[in-house]
Amino acid sequence: MNKTINQKAWFFVVPVFILVAFNAAIPLMTVVNYSFQETFGNNVFAWEGTRWFKQILLSERFHAALGRQFAFTFIILLIQIPLGIGIALTMPKKGWGVPVCLILMSMPLLIPWNVVGAMWNIFALPDIGFLGHSLNGMGFDYNFTQQPGDAWFTTILMDVWHWTSLVVLLSYAGLNSIQPAYYQAAEIDGASRWAIFRYIELPKMKKVLTLAILLRFMDSFMIYTEPFVLTGGGPGNTTAFLSIDLVKMALGQFDLGPAAAMSLIYFFIVLLVCWVFYNLMMKNEVQS
Amino acid sequence: MSLELKNIEKKVGIDTHIHPTSLKLEKNTINVLLGSTLAGKTTLMQIMAGLDKPTSGEIWFNEKNVTGMKVQKRNCSMVYQQFINYPNYTVYENIASPLVITGVNSDEIKKRVGKVAELLKLSTMLNKKPDELSGGQQQRTALARALVKDSDLILLDEPLANLDFKLREELREELPKLFEDRDCIVVYATTEPSDALMIGGNTATLLEGKVVQYGKTLEVYNKPENLISAKVFSDPPMNIAEVKKNGDTCKVTDNNVKWKSSAKIKDGTYKIGIRPHNITTYKEGNNSVEINGKVQISELSGSESLIHFTNGNLNWVSLSNGIQQKNVGDDTKLYMNTDEFLYFDENNRLVNNG
Repeated sequence: MNKTINQKAWFFVVPVFILVAFNAAIPLMTVVNYSFQETFGNNVFAWEGTRWFKQILLSERFHAALGRQFAFTFIILLIQIPLGIGIALTMPKKGWGVPVCLILMSMPLLIPWNVVGAMWNIFALPDIGFLGHSLNGMGFDYNFTQQPGDAWFTTILMDVWHWTSLVVLLSYAGLNSIQPAYYQAAEIDGASRWAIFRYIELPKMKKVLTLAILLRFMDSFMIYTEPFVLTGGGPGNTTAFLSIDLVKMALGQFDLGPAAAMSLIYFFIVLLVCWVFYNLMMKNEVQS
Repeated sequence: MSLELKNIEKKVGIDTHIHPTSLKLEKNTINVLLGSTLAGKTTLMQIMAGLDKPTSGEIWFNEKNVTGMKVQKRNCSMVYQQFINYPNYTVYENIASPLVITGVNSDEIKKRVGKVAELLKLSTMLNKKPDELSGGQQQRTALARALVKDSDLILLDEPLANLDFKLREELREELPKLFEDRDCIVVYATTEPSDALMIGGNTATLLEGKVVQYGKTLEVYNKPENLISAKVFSDPPMNIAEVKKNGDTCKVTDNNVKWKSSAKIKDGTYKIGIRPHNITTYKEGNNSVEINGKVQISELSGSESLIHFTNGNLNWVSLSNGIQQKNVGDDTKLYMNTDEFLYFDENNRLVNNG
């Protein structure tokens, strides 16, 4: 059969190509450009090679920010995933409770990031905020603007409040796709509630949970707006996560070269962790 | 050993899923529940298993009232239409799971799983996970799990419905053999009359939450108590018409189709039920009568030919062996085997049951 040649196809490809170029490739290349050079403004550049990369990778400041970032992400995953599954398990499967629960669960997801930050900032203020005031009233010495532990506690609580719903909704969808016959079969076998969870519900939720963990990892690893509004990275640098530190470096100190190098390193870390994690989770799926 | 349902009724809200039903299943029998979707087969099975409670009525097992006893306390197993296995257990672990839960020692488990796996031709796949298996093998695994337990009651809820034709035939032939030497009561739900005939044993025909007739499968098939039971136990659907019997002549009311009837029944008006395979493109039996028909639909089903035809106001189906090509709209000659006709009185009760 002869292949027909039709140049019209270009009309479909080129717009996408241009869009992707302007939206992803060109900005990324700008960052790459900055990361290898020193700039003095007025479009004057000097080649620096891998100097900025070495500087970032060896800097204690970066190590500290990265450490805080991993700690934060690890803690919120550790809380949100089990909590989300737990809430999904207790949600009703039919009746009027379903829409009520679903709407209540989606609420936090619909609130813009900076509003969440502002809300929690006011909520947690030690003198006038409901949370801050109550905690102090109960005898806790709580002040998130001055005590690093309290700042972490508040940031984590805020993230749990904002994002656990996502895990709940995904787990709930996963749970609902399990046919009732599985539960009956387990009941006939005499399986315990724990066994049903461990051997039916958890394996059946594996795919949505992988997705939930990936999404929550990426989102929390790149978190910026909420802690920026809540704590501004403080007190001191104690809640300055990677993105906050990056913005400080790029826009606060105007160190464009190191900031560009740091963005690229940041980007590769996210990519690498996602890739490793996804492959680990899906290792058994591929064979079948 | 016996399982007895005494006046079981099941209501959900204002809907009645099972009308008062009594049924006694004896030990070492296979019992087919035959009925279309929503006839109440699954509900009835769930009540038998104890997964669901009847609204009223009692269930007796071995002369003991077990109504309301939890499923875990009864010794029963169930196989579903969907292939239900533990997804991250291997085939071996799946089959062994009911034994592990009840605390059987590991040597015994090994022995019993090996035996049942061999019976179901799973010996070579014991280390695989269910989703690496074909549908037929997954269902074999589920069957093995049901068999390994030595249950008193084994419930099979349309176990072949999700399998493709060839696997279905294969497993259907094996099924009765699997239960042959077992000291248990087997209940098998299906929508297919051919399944019931193949499996044999006893059959209960169900319609809209009522057991219409219960008895030996062949008896129910050959001598349906009434028209409803006959209809449930006929696929393709039974051909029905009103006939007048006068002397030894029978004639369809409002039509000139007639035949000489040997049925020993009084003169009068009856409903006639003719199974599709008793109208064929060739003569069968000693009292074969010709009928003309206009072909409406002609289709092949395996090595059988289905011809839907009209004759006056009759709209009937015939089922012949072999491939019989007919063109839609053609006039054709068919033959009715009048010896096999079923006559029903005005109360839809079978009258020529002698």
